[in-house]
This record gives sequence, structure tokens and C-alpha cells, in this order.
Amino acid sequence: MRRPLLLLLAPLLVSAESPRLVPDVSQRKIEIIYSFTGAELLLFGAILYPGGRAPSDDAQIAVVVKGPAEPVLIREKRKIAGMWINADSADFRSVPSFYALASSRKIDKIVDNRTAVIYELGIDNLQLSPASGGDPAEDRRFEQGLIDLKRRGGYYSETARGVEISEGVLYRARIAIPARVPVGRYTAETFLIEKGRVIAAATRDIDIDKSGMEAFVARAAVRHSFLYGLFAVLLSLGLGWAASAAFKRLRE
Amino acid sequence: MDLYLPIAGLSVNILVIIGLGGLVGLLSGMFGVGGGFLTTPLMIFYGIPPAVAVASSAPQITGASVSGVLAHGSRGGVDYHMGAVLVAGGALGSLLGGFLFRVLQNVGQIDTVVNVMYVLMLGGIGLVMAREAIHALVTEWRGERPSMQGKRHNPLIAMLPFRWRFYKSGLYISPLAPFLLGFLTGVMTVLMGVGGGFILVPAMIYILGMSARVVVGTSLFQILFVTATTTLIHALTTQAVDLVLTGLLLVGSVTGAQIGARMAQTIKPEYLRLALAFIVLVVAIRMLLGLTWRPPEIFTVQGL
Repeated sequence: MRRPLLLLLAPLLVSAESPRLVPDVSQRKIEIIYSFTGAELLLFGAILYPGGRAPSDDAQIAVVVKGPAEPVLIREKRKIAGMWINADSADFRSVPSFYALASSRKIDKIVDNRTAVIYELGIDNLQLSPASGGDPAEDRRFEQGLIDLKRRGGYYSETARGVEISEGVLYRARIAIPARVPVGRYTAETFLIEKGRVIAAATRDIDIDKSGMEAFVARAAVRHSFLYGLFAVLLSLGLGWAASAAFKRLRE
Repeated sequence: MDLYLPIAGLSVNILVIIGLGGLVGLLSGMFGVGGGFLTTPLMIFYGIPPAVAVASSAPQITGASVSGVLAHGSRGGVDYHMGAVLVAGGALGSLLGGFLFRVLQNVGQIDTVVNVMYVLMLGGIGLVMAREAIHALVTEWRGERPSMQGKRHNPLIAMLPFRWRFYKSGLYISPLAPFLLGFLTGVMTVLMGVGGGFILVPAMIYILGMSARVVVGTSLFQILFVTATTTLIHALTTQAVDLVLTGLLLVGSVTGAQIGARMAQTIKPEYLRLALAFIVLVVAIRMLLGLTWRPPEIFTVQGL
């Protein structure tokens, strides 16, 4: 709830003389095809200083690539009667499916705590909106478990010194998109940070989608599930019969 | 060589999956079982989501059993009458299985239930098979004649009403018995992603007392239809059948099945059964340990 409000206020907080960002990404659309093993996004751009002002030495850049948020249920296993089985669970309403942060210096060195929380800079500052409304300590435990899973799965990452700034005006960062990412609309946000505060921000959208054969199969499984199942059965019958016939001929 | 699986949502190495299919096909051709009890756990171990692994192994078992049914059918080794009763039970069972799958998935216990079922079934059957195969080998080694005098009629089965004649099986029993057996394997097929051959074959011999000549063919006939039904049910309910994954598995398993069937003719059946018992027990023990060891992941995420 806090975030949209602050974004509305953002133009008021950023004064007219502050620098502007002109960001771009190497790919506006990533297509997942049969050989997809991940992609590398290049985020680059320029910092424009009004009135020919000299670039500040203190300017830092942070870029964030975020995947579509989704509600998830997370379960915790516990040892019951000698077996590890699912016991407790918690709901989170908005968990980004992907989150990668790259910054020109370690993020907690360049922004203060409040700013980091407001702009969701850093994995620990993500607002996952726990829905259970229970014990905050318990929510925290589940949140840590979820973040740990996402981090080790390659879905969440933080890279200090992942952004290169040259001559104080041009910046670029590389962010790896692993093969297992879910499809949807991703956002690439760029933040210009000075003296612990965000002074300019800009966003670009990136669409990640299955294409070609892969998109066709995935769509068919949902839209024409009966025909899809029938095709799977016919395929297995056909291949089984073909192998049997081929080997019979081979024997003769 | 990597290939992206559209439903599973990840890239896999083609050769690993074809090899896995080939290995399972080899076993299924050699032992006359579908091999689902191996494919599903191995795919999950490789990183494929459990729901996709279970749903995509069903059509793979269909494919692997086709050639067996064709071969046995042409030799008169399929009791279609008995097979139809089993299939009817299996179809109803897979509907119940589909319902149970949903319920267990919603309460988050599907993995535990499936694992416990695996351990109990595989452990029990592995022990029975190993005992029987070792016994047969020992009697032969002592130079005695193997005694094949099993009990022909189970009293519980004989009590059931409405007896039918199953000519090829040489039985005059109530159709309720094979119907219930089919029903049970149908439930298992959906829940565990197995064909149920490793339950069906011993049950047909020891409980129903079917003539051995038609056991394997009829069991494969039932597996073929029930796994086909299961594929449809999964396609309609869980929507987790991955055609690309299934295709890769099939390519491996249909070839493997042919090679396995050829190899089976040259090896002594007792050794085959002992080897199968060993594999089944190893899988069961691995899964039992998996339940008691602290799992690598305490937390699991499920989309809503």
C-alpha cells in the first residue's frame, strides 16, 4: 500500500534541477524457444545533468529486474513420527517470481534503510504481503525460507558492483535470466542514487513469453485439454506400434 | 543437447531423458512390467516437478506396453473377457484416483502419501518376489523338482456372488474380484504414475489363480487401457502432461522395450525375477530413507 502512494508523491520529491535517466534494455522481448537455456539482459543508459552541470562523483546506479508477482503458498516440513512431512503453511499475496538487483556499490552502502524499503531495493526489503495475519515472527520464518529457496534456485539475486559507470554519465549492467523463469511481463527499473536518496527513476518493460512450438503446446494443454490428452495417447500408441513393427522387420 | 519442456517449464538434456526412457523400457521388456515405478522417481530426482513427472509417465507406459500386448495377443495370450472387467474397474479407479490426487494436493500431503505408498508396495512385493525366486533357485540347485502346486481357489474369492466363466484364464469366479483388483491398480496409476503391473501380475497368479499363459498378456492389456485413461484424466484435471517430455521418454522406452524382450528370452526366468526383486527393493529402501532423512528443502512453494 505504501509504495503506490510514494510513487505518486515521487515527482514532488524530485526537484526540477535534478538529473534525468535515459535507460534502455538490450531486449524488449525474450522468446522462449526449444533451445532456451537462459538469456542475458544488458541494461544500459545515460545520466543527463541539466544545464551542462558536471557529473557528480557521488552518483550511484541501481538496476532491478522484477518478474510478475504471484500469490504463493509455502509449506514447512517437520519431523512427525520419524518422517518429514508438511506441517505448517503460510500464504503470501505478492511474491515476485524473479528479482535481480545490480548496483554500482553494495546496496546498503548507498541507500539508507528507509529508502531501501520504499523502493524495494534488496531482497530483504521485498514486500511479500503475508496473508495469514498471524504471528509476525512466524511470517518472518516463512519469508526467510521462501527467500532462501528463491535465492538458491537462481530466481533472486543481488550483485554489488554489478553496474559499471563510465565518465559519470554512462552506465551498464548485465543481468542473467535463468532458463526456469516463469513467463510474463517483467520490469527493468533503474534508480539514480545520490547521498543515500533516490533522485531519479525510470522503468522499461520486458516481455518474456513462450513462442513457436512451445507456446502452441502450452496453450493447447490448457485450452483443448481433451484433444491434447487424446493426442498424447495416440502418440504413445503410434510410437509403441512403430517400434514393434520396426523390430519385427529387423528380425526377418 | 538441451531442450525446453513447455509444461514443466525448464530445459532438460535430451540424451538424459531418452536414456532414462531406454533404461526403463529395457526393464519393462525384460520383466513384463510398465516400469513407471522407476521413471517417476528418477524424473523427480532429475528436477522435474512431481505433478508433471507423474502425469507424463502414464503415456510412456502405454507406449511401452503396446508391443507386449501385440506380441501376446497374436499368440492367444490375452484373455480379453477378463481384461475388459479389469479395465472397467481400472477406469473407475482412475477417476477416484484423480479426485484423491486433487484433495491430497490441496492439503499438501500428496508427496508424503505417494512416498509411503511406494515404500509399502515396493517393499512388500520386492520381499515376496525375492523369497519366491531364491526358493526356486535353491530347489533347483538341490536337484529337486520345483513344486508348482499353488492353492487354486482362494476361499475369499470363491465366496463372492455372480460367478462368470473366463475360458482363457480357466476360471469360474465372480467378476467382482478382478473388478476390485483393476480398481485398485487404477487408483495407483493416477496417484503414483505407475502402471501397476508389479501388483497385477502377482495378484492374478496368487489371488485369482489365473492360468499362467495369459497372465502377462492380460496384465499388459489392462495397463495399456488404464494408462491411456489416466493420461486423459491428467490432461483434463492437472493439465500436467508434457508432450515433449513424453515424446522423448517414448523414443527411449519403445526401443528399450524391444531390446529387453529379446534379452529376456536368453536369461533364466528365476534370475530375472531375482534381479527385478533387487531393483524394486533398492528403490523402496531409497524412498524409505528419503522419508526419514532431513530433506534438503524444509520449505516448498506452491503457486495459488
